Amino acid sequence: MATAQSTRTTSITVEVDDMTYTDVVEPRMLLVQYLRERLGKTGTLVGCDTTNCGACTVHLDGQSVKSCTMFAVQADGHAVTTIEGLAQGGELHPMQKAFHEKHALQCGFCTPGMIMQSIDLIKEHPDPDEHTVRDGLEGNLCRCTGYQNIVAAVQEAARTTRESAVSTTEEGAA
Amino acid sequence: MTVTEIGSPRRRKEDQRLITGRTRYTDNIVLPGMLHLAMVRSPFAHATITAIDTHDATSSPGVVAVLTGRDVADEQGSLPCAWPITPDQKAPPHPAIAVDHVAFAGEVVACVIARSAAEARDAIELIDIDYDELPVVLDLEEALTDATLAHPDLGTNKSATWVFDSAEAGTGDDVAQVLAASELVLERTYLQQRLIPAFMEPRSTVVDPTGEQITMWSATQVPHLLRLMLALTLSIPEGKVRVVAPDVGGGFGGKLQVTPEEVITMLAARRTGKPCKYTETRSESLMAAHHGRGQVQRLKLGATREGIVTGLSVDLLADMGAYLGLVTPGVPILGAFMYNSIYKFAAYRFSCTNLFTNKAWTDAYRGAGRPEATFAIERLMDDLAHELDMDPVELRRKNWIKHEEFPFSTIACLEYDSGNYEAATDRALELFGYDDLCAERDRRRAAGDRVQLGIGVSTFTEMCGLAPSRVLGALSYAAGGWEHAQVRVLPTGAVEVVTGVSGHGQGHETAWSQIVADRLGVPFDSIEVLHGDTQTSQKGLDTYGSRSLVVGGMAVVAAADKVIEKARTVAAHLLEASTDDIEFAEGRFSVRGTDQGLALGEIAFATFSAHNLPDGFEPSLDSDATFDPENFSFPHGTHLAAMEVDTETGEVTLRKYVCVDDIGNVINPMIVDGQVHGGLVQGIAQALFEEAVHDESGTLVSGSFVDYLVPSAADLPSFTTDRTVTPSTTNALGVKGVGEAGTIASTPAIVNGVLDAIRHLGVQDIAMPCSPHRVWKALQDGASKGLGAEEPVPDRVAPEQDAGPMNSSGNLPTGDFQ
Ligand code: FES
Ligand code: FES
Repeated sequence: MATAQSTRTTSITVEVDDMTYTDVVEPRMLLVQYLRERLGKTGTLVGCDTTNCGACTVHLDGQSVKSCTMFAVQADGHAVTTIEGLAQGGELHPMQKAFHEKHALQCGFCTPGMIMQSIDLIKEHPDPDEHTVRDGLEGNLCRCTGYQNIVAAVQEAARTTRESAVSTTEEGAA
Repeated sequence: MTVTEIGSPRRRKEDQRLITGRTRYTDNIVLPGMLHLAMVRSPFAHATITAIDTHDATSSPGVVAVLTGRDVADEQGSLPCAWPITPDQKAPPHPAIAVDHVAFAGEVVACVIARSAAEARDAIELIDIDYDELPVVLDLEEALTDATLAHPDLGTNKSATWVFDSAEAGTGDDVAQVLAASELVLERTYLQQRLIPAFMEPRSTVVDPTGEQITMWSATQVPHLLRLMLALTLSIPEGKVRVVAPDVGGGFGGKLQVTPEEVITMLAARRTGKPCKYTETRSESLMAAHHGRGQVQRLKLGATREGIVTGLSVDLLADMGAYLGLVTPGVPILGAFMYNSIYKFAAYRFSCTNLFTNKAWTDAYRGAGRPEATFAIERLMDDLAHELDMDPVELRRKNWIKHEEFPFSTIACLEYDSGNYEAATDRALELFGYDDLCAERDRRRAAGDRVQLGIGVSTFTEMCGLAPSRVLGALSYAAGGWEHAQVRVLPTGAVEVVTGVSGHGQGHETAWSQIVADRLGVPFDSIEVLHGDTQTSQKGLDTYGSRSLVVGGMAVVAAADKVIEKARTVAAHLLEASTDDIEFAEGRFSVRGTDQGLALGEIAFATFSAHNLPDGFEPSLDSDATFDPENFSFPHGTHLAAMEVDTETGEVTLRKYVCVDDIGNVINPMIVDGQVHGGLVQGIAQALFEEAVHDESGTLVSGSFVDYLVPSAADLPSFTTDRTVTPSTTNALGVKGVGEAGTIASTPAIVNGVLDAIRHLGVQDIAMPCSPHRVWKALQDGASKGLGAEEPVPDRVAPEQDAGPMNSSGNLPTGDFQ
């Protein structure tokens, strides 16, 4: 019964985009609802109710998760990064830049999830071929772009990330 | 004027907010004291409602009110249909909340208004509704018999029959006579399955009734039409309604609607006096947002043995579903003008019967009527080529309008202004490596390979830029087809462009800035494009039918030109010269033959201060323009698909796809490529993946993304896209429209490719989507006629692709040809 559920609440402490929040939530509250409705992190979007679309993808301790597949209470004690926390010091994340540069978005609704998933993807595959990118994005649906420019953007971001890693190492060595 | 912006792949202005999550989709909007709605939907496709008990729901925690159809019967009116295609068209009343009769599963029967969305959803479980089930009619052929009625009160399932006959119109001969005299007549029946637009953003509406004007934010493509229709439907003075389409997450025709949910949210806000929000779940969206396609196409094509098409007869049954939405009846009629496509026929007849069934209503979906028409004619052309043992490209060449024959008056009464089918086709064949692939196909066929190769060909043209108002009038559409724009020069010299079109992913903010930057000679970044709010964009007819650039972009050009003329008068006055001696180039007005001049920004400031203006000059450069196109525009293209079919499993793989589109001049090639890619995938999805499936009781079986197979990146290869450029001659920009092109041509290219691979195994036709199971089944049926393979049915529902063929198509340059 709804009434019984809504009376049981839990206190959670979650770090979201470098800020720490302590909140009392219902156990049935999904992480994505917590982000959107409690924290106003509306950059993270909801596109389905069967965990198929990936629009809600965020990072939990640096790993991509669909935030509609977990409860807010499960994020207790963890760090969440959303699309809103990616840009650092006014600098866009390389993946954000690549999406812009390669026209990897149209309506933008899949974009936050797509970008978060893609960051995870190139962490695991620093130099992904087309097949690897396409497979790695299988859980994120886009209805606008036909994916071609998304693939290009992910490969572009992987390239710039590799290059900046090389130059950082060189700088470190020098 | 030096052209710098038009034609350049400018990165999009709108991206910044979208890639950082600084978005304003409707569901992101939160207002003080906002209430939330949840809908109770009929589980039955056809029933009468005998009793509704809302008592427990009303007293559930957080619930403010429960609305039933009876509660709002006096105020909810009937949802609008703006396109009565015949004077005697029949339609049932269309209440936002059903009162005593439901005609499809998913129809709203009650609405809970509560303090939170969760409380509203909890309470809908507590509403008790008694239904008396009625027999359902789902199939079109069955609907035609009227044996079971979708709406018993209507007495028939037939809404209207619309006919075009070339003999009657005087554009050609009588098709019956021509077919009777033809050496060859192909008779075919093709099915256009129902599709679901499946935009990624579920529909959402927020209504704020506080303040003098009631404001609605909605995930809509058509804020202006919505405002007008809300005023008419609910008898609210139009001036008291403001509609805003904030960021909108895709539409594809699916958000070209006035929805029950919008009306209900409006009613709820007016009742409670509080802001109200309704956001649908994906399941609700798939079930109850309008569907697309849904046609039976009965076709007869006559031809000579040499492959000259003599005439075409089209007899359609079109599925309206349970109600008529905003433009439902007109969708198949838009196809009527396109069955003849790029070809010259001597005789043509089109007849369409619109039928009611107990399913969600259909309406516009990307292409709207034109993909269906293109599919039919392009399938027929391939069937004919096969019948005559002729190369399918050669057959098309024999029949298409040659480039020197433009402008060309078609048998369907349209005047094609320009085109060059030869050039686009030649380029496509070259990029595709047509001859090599055909040779490979023949080798594999001769060797009896397990995986066969097929080459799919499709050409197309479409009518874009909806539309000349007088044409819409002749087709009984209630509104016109013009578009409005305003260009304002601010005192700082910055420019605001107001447009009546309402983008939702198309990149208008960028493209319009490029157009105005060139026209006025102001920097791209000094231009702000405003749209999608009836309070700032006071006039407009919104975004659909590949019209935004062709009609809306032209309105922007016209408004900018008026600004130049006003500024010229001020410049002449300030420079003490005659207006005839003032030249305008690159943002500067100068006196001919001198170095004296003023920048547009300087004139803007002088006009703002208004201290020293010509006598009687109205102190403003701001200008409005309303552009009514004189004709449609006619993009065209040639698409080629290499399809591999595993004859043992039925698995289909798209190995290579090349398209060369001619969309006239291009404002932003990067945006154009994106539109083509997305369009292709939606068309390919119809051919291979998507179908709205109902069980025999009328329940949608493909009611989630688990079953409704919107393709993912892993299901697709990359495409080779290219262009030829034959400018439109009927608008100053020479543009034609690109939003629907990919969707229109790709479906037949794919299916033709699949059939080409396995026709020799006795397969004549495969209903879409060509799933592995269907292909396998078709091969079995072919085999039972003495050819083909015999294997158990594979249980996969979607083709899975391996790396090899997918990568092999991704290595050609895309879109950099101009
Ligand atoms: S909202 Fe669709 S996967 Fe989470
Ligand atoms: S950009 Fe619209 S859904 Fe991906």
